[in-house]
Amino acid sequence: MLTKLLNWVDDRFPLTDTFERHLSKYPAPIGQNIWYLAGVLLIVVLVIQLISGIWLLMNYVPTSEGAFASIQYIMRDVDYGWVIRYMHTTGASMFFLLIYLHMFRGLLYGSYQKPRELLWVLGWITYIILVAEGFTGYVLPWGQMSFWAAQVILSLIGSIPVFGEELLTWIRGDYLISGITLSRLFAFHVVLLPLALIAVVFVHIIALHEVGSNNPEGVDVKKHLDDDGVPLDSVPFFPYDVVKDLFAIGVFLILFCFILFFFPDGGGYFIEYINYEEANNLKTPEHIVPAWYYTPYYAMLRAITFPIGPLTAKFLGFMVMVAAMVIIALVPWLDRSPVKSIRYKGIYSKIALFLLVFSFLVLGYLGMVAPNPLRTTLAQVFTALYFLYFILMPFYTKYEKCKEVPSRIKVR
Amino acid sequence: MRPKNPSNPGRRKFLIAATSFVGTGAVIGAAIPFVAAFNPSEQAKAAGAPAKADISKLGKGEMMLVEWRGIPIYIIRHTDQSLAALNKNLSRLSDPDSTEDQQPDYARNSNRSRREEIVVLEAVCTHLSCAPKFYPELGVTDFDTDWQGGFFCPCHGSKFDLVGRVYSGVPAPTNLSVPPHYYESEQVLVIGEDGEVT
Repeated sequence: MLTKLLNWVDDRFPLTDTFERHLSKYPAPIGQNIWYLAGVLLIVVLVIQLISGIWLLMNYVPTSEGAFASIQYIMRDVDYGWVIRYMHTTGASMFFLLIYLHMFRGLLYGSYQKPRELLWVLGWITYIILVAEGFTGYVLPWGQMSFWAAQVILSLIGSIPVFGEELLTWIRGDYLISGITLSRLFAFHVVLLPLALIAVVFVHIIALHEVGSNNPEGVDVKKHLDDDGVPLDSVPFFPYDVVKDLFAIGVFLILFCFILFFFPDGGGYFIEYINYEEANNLKTPEHIVPAWYYTPYYAMLRAITFPIGPLTAKFLGFMVMVAAMVIIALVPWLDRSPVKSIRYKGIYSKIALFLLVFSFLVLGYLGMVAPNPLRTTLAQVFTALYFLYFILMPFYTKYEKCKEVPSRIKVR
Repeated sequence: MRPKNPSNPGRRKFLIAATSFVGTGAVIGAAIPFVAAFNPSEQAKAAGAPAKADISKLGKGEMMLVEWRGIPIYIIRHTDQSLAALNKNLSRLSDPDSTEDQQPDYARNSNRSRREEIVVLEAVCTHLSCAPKFYPELGVTDFDTDWQGGFFCPCHGSKFDLVGRVYSGVPAPTNLSVPPHYYESEQVLVIGEDGEVT
């Protein structure tokens, strides 16, 4: 009976085929390590954000008069409203934590190299959408930090020469950040950006399953196939990867719940304390910091304190910030190394990657603290280091001595 | 069956071009309401009316805050010392003569104001639009070793003197804006209109 129904569906829609291709029989390379868990956990977080988001939407009021109070209403009066909101705020921070780990994995094992260039670019697009999603979501509670973050970030657009001010007024829909701005950011946050995010994540996974997953050895498993055309150094997704992923999801959810129940504001980094005060357009908080996941870029923005020719320091800072994000997309074409994985790359690549991560973390710290002359100089140095990782990549990957990559994956 | 080669390729080409052309026009036309809906609404425009301030109670060396178009406006009455000290510190400023268009013409003077002892400024940092804080104290502060009084922006450390002229070497590129303003009477300041320019 069930087989009959399945056959009926399969004649009209490739159900079994799709299921086997993308889930049950998808060949996962052996030897994948802990870094390969971030992807599946990102999917879990996406689902958490979608569900908690829909529920928040039922009680949130997207107006400048109602927004702040409706958050308090959700927190105090709606049954379990606090759990749902903390899920969403915790999920936001986890989203960024995991995507940074996921991107680092890509850099570590050369997962962007041929034929995975498009896969990397698609992933980069999800990151950019996520950045926009995070920013718009941050404004919605309409606290002091929401308001002034919107003020600072949107005013960057005003720094564009010639038509910046007009463009800014058009985007805000007002002469200042107001309820009108809030409503449109809300529309982006709950409709436009999630739709785009889901679509691009879907395409990202289709692209992954077309080219196949990479592995820490950077070995191309498709070079050695068995008689059925399945890579010898792979295991079927079910049950091997499913069980591994379920275990990882279990551990992750325990950590997630720990934050959710015992540490929801993350010491002021997941939910900033200044945001417990309602937005006031006449009073700037003492110290404005963006959410922790943007602070490296924020430090870069502040690091540019000098104008060049007719371009203001503000516009240049904005451009540097944009460039810092855009340059990540170019990595597949900057890496000239014959090998994928850091395990077989030379010493220069290792030093460069270490310096990149170190610069990113230092910039992240500098973006959180108040500026002073020493910190500004440090931010300038580490901004330069960040860019040098990318700009010098074609050279150090080309001229360094790499180890020879084995043709098969050794199981240890 | 679709014929491989159209019998009249020229006509087909023309039809494709014409359809694309008209179709593009339709898309552009349909985009207009969506783009225009982003502009400030009539309500938002109406909220930009001038603001009035009664400065009779503003003492020397004091600052008062009024709101105009949602922007905080600082009004400060100079003390005799601060007025005299305005031109002491010019070398540290990046535009001491207010050459940039950040004020109406009647405020393009050494006091950047219409009335010598009253300063009217938009408290919107020209860097990223935070509201700079008023620090009238002189001497050593957290952010300066020889502070002459003025404004310090807590967001990114920009410094301005008492009449809103920006220091060099800070992120803000230009002086603080002076909004259009005039005195309706001895004690009533109107912000948002130029009034009669003499």
